Amino acid sequence: MNGYNFAYLDEQTKRMIRRALLKAVAIPGHQIPFGSREMPLPYGWGTGGIQVTAAVLGPDDVLKVIDQGADDTTNAVSIRRFFARTAGVATKTHTSVATIIQTRHRIPEQALTEGQILVYQVPMPDPLAKLEPSRAETTRMHGLAEYGLMHVKLYEDITRFGHVSISYDYPVMVNDRYLMSPSPIPAYDNPKLSRNPALQLFGAGREKRIYAIPPHTEVRSLDFDDHPFRTTRAPHACDLCGDDASYLDEVVTDNQGGRMFVCSDTDHCASRQALKEAAE
Amino acid sequence: MSDPTLLSARGLNLRFGAVPALVDVDADLWPGEVLAIVGESGSGKTTLLNVLSGRMAPQSGVVWYREPAGGLVDVHAMPAPALRALHRSDWGFVHQNPRDSLRMGVSAGGNVGERLMAQGSRHYGSIRESAIAWLSEVEIDASRVDDLPRTFSGGMLQRLQIARTLVTHPRLVFMDEPTGGLDVSVQARLLDLIRGLVARLGIAAVLVTHDLAVARLLAHRVMVMQQGCVVESGLTDQVLDDPQHPYTQLLVSSVLAA
Ligand SMILES: Nc1ncnc2c1ncn2[C@@H]1O[C@H](COP(=O)(O)OP(=O)(O)OP(=O)(O)O)[C@@H](O)[C@H]1O
Ligand SMILES: [Mg+2]
Repeated sequence: MNGYNFAYLDEQTKRMIRRALLKAVAIPGHQIPFGSREMPLPYGWGTGGIQVTAAVLGPDDVLKVIDQGADDTTNAVSIRRFFARTAGVATKTHTSVATIIQTRHRIPEQALTEGQILVYQVPMPDPLAKLEPSRAETTRMHGLAEYGLMHVKLYEDITRFGHVSISYDYPVMVNDRYLMSPSPIPAYDNPKLSRNPALQLFGAGREKRIYAIPPHTEVRSLDFDDHPFRTTRAPHACDLCGDDASYLDEVVTDNQGGRMFVCSDTDHCASRQALKEAAE
Repeated sequence: MSDPTLLSARGLNLRFGAVPALVDVDADLWPGEVLAIVGESGSGKTTLLNVLSGRMAPQSGVVWYREPAGGLVDVHAMPAPALRALHRSDWGFVHQNPRDSLRMGVSAGGNVGERLMAQGSRHYGSIRESAIAWLSEVEIDASRVDDLPRTFSGGMLQRLQIARTLVTHPRLVFMDEPTGGLDVSVQARLLDLIRGLVARLGIAAVLVTHDLAVARLLAHRVMVMQQGCVVESGLTDQVLDDPQHPYTQLLVSSVLAA
C-alpha cells in the first residue's frame, strides 16, 4: 500500500514501542508506559495489540489474529487484513504455523512453541485500578509489591459467593513479583500463561501501557491456601469435534431454545474435525 | 526511666509559613506506655503525631524508633518501603474519622483481615477466624463479620478501625483524637475498651487529645503543647493534679470550670 510505512507505523514510533517492549521483557509483569499512537481503528478494537504487533512484525512473519478464539470475527478479519495490506505479511489461521498471534479473549488450545509471539489486546492493564482509584497509589503499591488489597477482593468474593467469582481477567503474579492483568481471557486459560515457551506481549492502547511475560516465566493465579485456584469449563464435549477438555462457547442454534456447545478456538476445532474426517 | 525508649524525638522543628507548628520538641516513649499529647486546637498535636510516625517530615530534628531486634532506626531516614512495612506491621494508626482508614465497600471481616493479608496470610479460614476474634475483642457481634461498615454506628466504626489496626499485634499505635466526634456515652465505652486492650496487649501508644479527661484515663504520661512548644510534661497525675506551667494551670482550671 502506498503512502504507508511497513506495518503502518513509522520507524521512530516502532523503535519507541520496541524500547518499551524490551523494558517489559526485562521486568516481567511490570507495566511500561508508552506513547500510544492514534490508529485507524477506535480504542476497544485492539489498538494496543496492533501497535505491539506492528513493532515486532517482520516481512517473513506469519500472522494469525483471533478474537474470542475465532479467526473469522469482524475484529479478527479486519486486523488481519490491515497487516496483510500495510505489511504484506502472510496471514494464516493455523496456530502451529503462525509466528505472531494477536489475540483478544483467548490463548489458543494448541500448545505454543519457542519462537512464537502471542500479542494480547488489553483494555485495563492494572488489576488494582478497580480497587484503588488513585494511580499514584497503585504505582506505589506495584513498586513495593503491596498486594494485600487484591487479596481483600478475593476474600470478599469467597465471603459473598463461597468462591472467587472472577471468571475472566483473573489476576496473576508474574515471576513472584508483579501483579498483572492477563487481559480478559477466561480463568480457564490462566494456567497456559505460566512457563509458556512463547513470548507473551500485552498492549493497552487507551491506557498507554505495555507489559510482557518472557518465555518459561512462572505465572501464578492468586488464591488462598484453603481456596486454591481452579479452572472451570462447561461440563460438555464440543458438539462439532467432540473435545471434552477444550474451552466451549454456548451457541443458540434456533428460536426454539436449541443450543449447542462448540470449541471457542475455531482453528483447534476445525483441525480436530479434519483429523476425524481423514481417519474415517 | 533509664530503660531504652521505644520512640525518641529530639529537636523537632516544623513551621507552616509563619506558623510554628513544632518548636524544639523532644519526646520519649517507653515500651508499653501510653503518652498523651494535649493542648488546645492548633497547638501542634496532630503535626507532632504525624512527624513522630514518619508521615510528615520535620524541618529539623530526628525521630528514633527501636526495632524489635533492639537496633535504632532514624524514622525519617528510612527508605519508603521500610517505613510503609513498619506502618503495616509493627505500628498502627487510628484516625479520628474511621472513614479515613476503613474501606467502606469492604465487609467488616475484610477490613480487619486486610493487614493480615498484606503481611502474607493466605489462609482464608484463619484470616476469617482472626477477624471474628477481633470483632469480639472490640465488642462487635460476630454475626456482623460480613456486613459493610456503612451499616455501622459511629462508635462501632471506631471500634472496627481499632480491630483492623490491632489485628497484627503492633507494638506501637498512634491515635489522633480516637474518641472525638462521638457521643459522651459512646466515648466512655470506647475509652474503657482502648484502656483494656492497650494494657492487656502491652501496646505502647501516642495519643493526641484535647480532652484532659481522656488523657487522665488512658495515659501514663502527658505532654502539654502550646503554639508548637512542649510547655510541660511528666506523669499524668502529677501534671494534671499539680500543673507547674501557667498554660497547663489554665487548661486544668478551664476543665474544672466547665
Ligand atoms: N498542612 C498544613 N499547612 C499549613 N498549616 C498547617 C498545616 N497543618 C497544620 N497547620 C497549622 O499548624 C498548626 C498546628 O496544627 P495541628 O493540626 O498540629 O494542631 P492540633 O493541635 O492538632 O489542632 P486540633 O486540635 O485543632 O486538631 C496550626 O496553626 C495549623 O493551622
Ligand atoms: Mg489535630
